[in-house]
Amino acid sequence: MQKVVVIKYNAGNIYSVVHALRRLGVEPVVTADEAVIRASDKVVFPGVGEATTTMRFLKERKMDELITSLTQPVLGICLGMQLMCKSSEEGNVDCLGIFDVPVKLFVPTQQTQKIPHMGWNQLYDVKSNLFSEQLNEQFVYFVHSFYVPMCEHTIATTDYIQPFSAALNKNNFYATQFHPEKSGDVGEQILKNFLAL
Amino acid sequence: MLAKRIIPCLDVKDGKTVKGINFVNFRDAGDPVELGASYSKQGADELVYLDITASHEGRKTFVDMVKRVAANVSIPFTVGGGINELTDVEKLLNAGADKVSINSSAIRNPDLINQIAQHFGSQVCVVAIDANYEEDDWICYLNGGRIRTDKRLFTWAKEAQERGAGEILFTSMTHDGVKTGYANDALAQLSDMLKIPIIASGGAGSKNHFKDAFLHGKADAALAASVFHFGEINISELKDYLRKHDICVR
Repeated sequence: MQKVVVIKYNAGNIYSVVHALRRLGVEPVVTADEAVIRASDKVVFPGVGEATTTMRFLKERKMDELITSLTQPVLGICLGMQLMCKSSEEGNVDCLGIFDVPVKLFVPTQQTQKIPHMGWNQLYDVKSNLFSEQLNEQFVYFVHSFYVPMCEHTIATTDYIQPFSAALNKNNFYATQFHPEKSGDVGEQILKNFLAL
Repeated sequence: MLAKRIIPCLDVKDGKTVKGINFVNFRDAGDPVELGASYSKQGADELVYLDITASHEGRKTFVDMVKRVAANVSIPFTVGGGINELTDVEKLLNAGADKVSINSSAIRNPDLINQIAQHFGSQVCVVAIDANYEEDDWICYLNGGRIRTDKRLFTWAKEAQERGAGEILFTSMTHDGVKTGYANDALAQLSDMLKIPIIASGGAGSKNHFKDAFLHGKADAALAASVFHFGEINISELKDYLRKHDICVR
């Protein structure tokens, strides 16, 4: 059985992703230990929280250097994805810089566009082996107020206020703005695809 | 397009689901975890579990139930009831809840909203408001509709947003249990006024009530309990109906 690590840090609700992996028959290790993380086959970098505090936490423990130097498949989720970008407008903080794109705050153009973007929205133009063609137009669960603009690393697009990056990929690094662990069967399929990388 | 959400609400007492008819009489409606999993299969977009147990033992049972829900259900869920301080929130989030809903405690100690937003993010903090329509105004109530306050729905909802609430769950006590539809005018007014999503609650009796809550009430999500628990409305059929009326659902 492959070794899957969920990076433990000061983020809320990292156990959702642990439960989701268990439902797929994987028993992940939740740890911040560098050696264990490096020796694993897959790394999940989850996240619910705030960018500035979380970046400070990661830097103090040199986890920023660890994450950027990983060579196995890594999956960032939600705040995890935003932290993998260049910078974030949430507290104007420099992030890990794996994806050379800044994270921006949603600015509504109509009263009906509520912030946070919360709930189920559709994926378009899915690419890479994280997705399969059947996942096009499927609904996944989002909760976020900041977004990653469309860029060269975009592998799935969602439309809210404007099209934005629902998922990113560069080399071994994958990331989703939505929560696959909370997205029912569709999310389970995406996690399965990640485990099969 | 962002889908309108359908949210079954499960009232839990001593580990079992119950549903209040106008907040007073209860009928038994089954095991909360199994019920939640079956709603998820039917196409529910989220679940809300409200702990209506007051006793200390009941609280422990509820946290255990939250853990079982988190392990077995793959859609988001909110928990509420008996949350008075930040440590209560932490306990429930660590047990696997995605959001917490605060009601009476937010009115008694509004700063709790700020604290939850600062520690865990706004997206975690649902502010639930029970209000009754009396003499041309919506009056907020505490303790499951038992204690009248001097707070008014619209000013309180606005304050909750400014303090960091991520969503407003508005239950019309006037409509709850009556099954004649949601408080659509008040919902629309809330939606036009606030920047955060609104969850409609209280009054669902038939499929067209959900349609009206989305089209006239401009709600982002609609919550109901008994119509789902007693099988009067099937969520999958409800979604087919909403789709036919050009409402975006999952």
